[in-house]
Amino acid sequence: MPGGERRRAASAEAREARLAWCLAAPAIATILLVALFPLGWTVWESMHLHDLRMPWLGRSFIGADNYVEAVRDARFRQALGHTLLFTVATVTIELGLGCTLALAMNRAFRGRALVRAAVLVPWAIPTVVSALLWRFIFEGRAGIANALMVDVGLVREAPVWFIRSGLVWIPVVLADVWKTTPFVALLLLAGLQNIDASLYEAARIDGASAWRQFRHVTLPLLRPAILVALIFRTLDAFRVFDLVYVMTGGGPGTSTEPIALYTFNTLLQNLRFGYGSALSVIVFAVVFGLALGYIRFLGAGLTETRG
Amino acid sequence: MSRARWGTVAIVLLVLGSGFPLYWAIVSSFTPEARLYGTPSLIPRVLVLDHYRALFTQREFWVPIRNSLIVAGSTTGFCVLVGGLCAYALARLRFRGKAPLLGLILAVSVFPQISVVSPLYLLLRRLHLINTYPGLILPYLTFAMPLTVWLLVGFFRQLPAELEEAAMVDGASRLRTIREIVWPLAIPGLAATAILTFVYSWNEFLFALSFTLGPERQTVPVAIALFRGQYQVPWGQILAAAVVATAPVALLVLAFQRRIVQGLTAGAVKG
Repeated sequence: MPGGERRRAASAEAREARLAWCLAAPAIATILLVALFPLGWTVWESMHLHDLRMPWLGRSFIGADNYVEAVRDARFRQALGHTLLFTVATVTIELGLGCTLALAMNRAFRGRALVRAAVLVPWAIPTVVSALLWRFIFEGRAGIANALMVDVGLVREAPVWFIRSGLVWIPVVLADVWKTTPFVALLLLAGLQNIDASLYEAARIDGASAWRQFRHVTLPLLRPAILVALIFRTLDAFRVFDLVYVMTGGGPGTSTEPIALYTFNTLLQNLRFGYGSALSVIVFAVVFGLALGYIRFLGAGLTETRG
Repeated sequence: MSRARWGTVAIVLLVLGSGFPLYWAIVSSFTPEARLYGTPSLIPRVLVLDHYRALFTQREFWVPIRNSLIVAGSTTGFCVLVGGLCAYALARLRFRGKAPLLGLILAVSVFPQISVVSPLYLLLRRLHLINTYPGLILPYLTFAMPLTVWLLVGFFRQLPAELEEAAMVDGASRLRTIREIVWPLAIPGLAATAILTFVYSWNEFLFALSFTLGPERQTVPVAIALFRGQYQVPWGQILAAAVVATAPVALLVLAFQRRIVQGLTAGAVKG
């Protein structure tokens, strides 16, 4: 009987959906409880005056006052600038270097296992550890970086990296590049290996130069992998905290303080929870805007090629 | 020929660049304190165990190791178990609302951690969970749960669906199919995901710094970061601690490297 069968099929579908929701519910509930609910709370908190050092003031609603204070706050604007500088510098270097390494590695026939090891260990190391490691390399006159630079004759006298506000960025950026470039290379290599080799053959038969092959075959087909690497790296760099906290403490002065560190200090050093929450919301909004922007501008081709 | 040679050059540069700082940290962690501040030499002449001994006798470094094992282990166990069920549903079952759920999970995984520090601190304080294990495990779920689910959806999609379909045609229920067919096949993917989640939790710093108060509940990264004395920096001990903190995750990752790379790059390949 077709009617009965249809009903049975419909009930099987309903059963499958019910099972799916039962299986998914605990994880979804966890995410709602530990991520979405706190995020809403941050927004609520950001519109209140809440200072844990002055509990007698209570928690009065002050609307957008915290945000207005943020816009006027020179240290906040400075921290935002540091974060942007760090993000642009590291992401540019890591993507450029990572792409070069990936293209070169794609041509090599041996050493895959060695590459994986060289990539995975810096990635797996705690950021705290890599920050200390690079601080040690650049620390004082006895640091190996200074010793080597003097030996090679690059500089006559060893620079003091962590005292001068301009120089300090070099070890900070270098530490991040060291830790993440291999990972970017790995992402892009996976993308390269997905490109059909016959496309290059066809291009060669048509007499396309190496540059034209790169420009018209590699680059367009690598776009999804580049997009993913770009999104991951930008969002990660914008959230930078561990590296700077451990390596420079935001110093000298506040000259390397990124936005996440300023927010952390506002919350847990100064205990200004209302204002700190407003800063948190701003960081969140920027990160989210960046992600959406990337997907909008670079991802247009992504859905086309897939669809 | 020359193309392959360029590749070899790149690999050599990569290995040297990645490897040298690690070599230097390991060598320095075995170098006597006085020699650390002299003129450095690339090949060590004297190696001693002083820093490691000091780490476990003076510093009681086993306390942060124990804390990290408990916190990262519990987070991983919970996420793989609960996230695994969710990931199976998202990868295999048909139901309405799947796309928004995947979107939600992806969106949560890009949350900047700092944006939930203030409410989590206030919440944990109210529940008297500051400076406790649950007070770390709970915040860790914010990044570990979406990560686990996302990775496992990728792994489950790679499993052949035919076996499951065959089992169900033979009359096995969905739950029995999961238990007897999917579970054994999924073990390698679950293991790789568990290692990744463990590594992320082991390395986490911001929450551990924010929600602990003293050495008795500090995790390994926090303990190392706060080693720095007021007047001098005990570099020998710091580097020894760095080696101890890194060794377990590095070995774990190297042992399962092929699958881990697969899990990490799956997103990039699929777009």
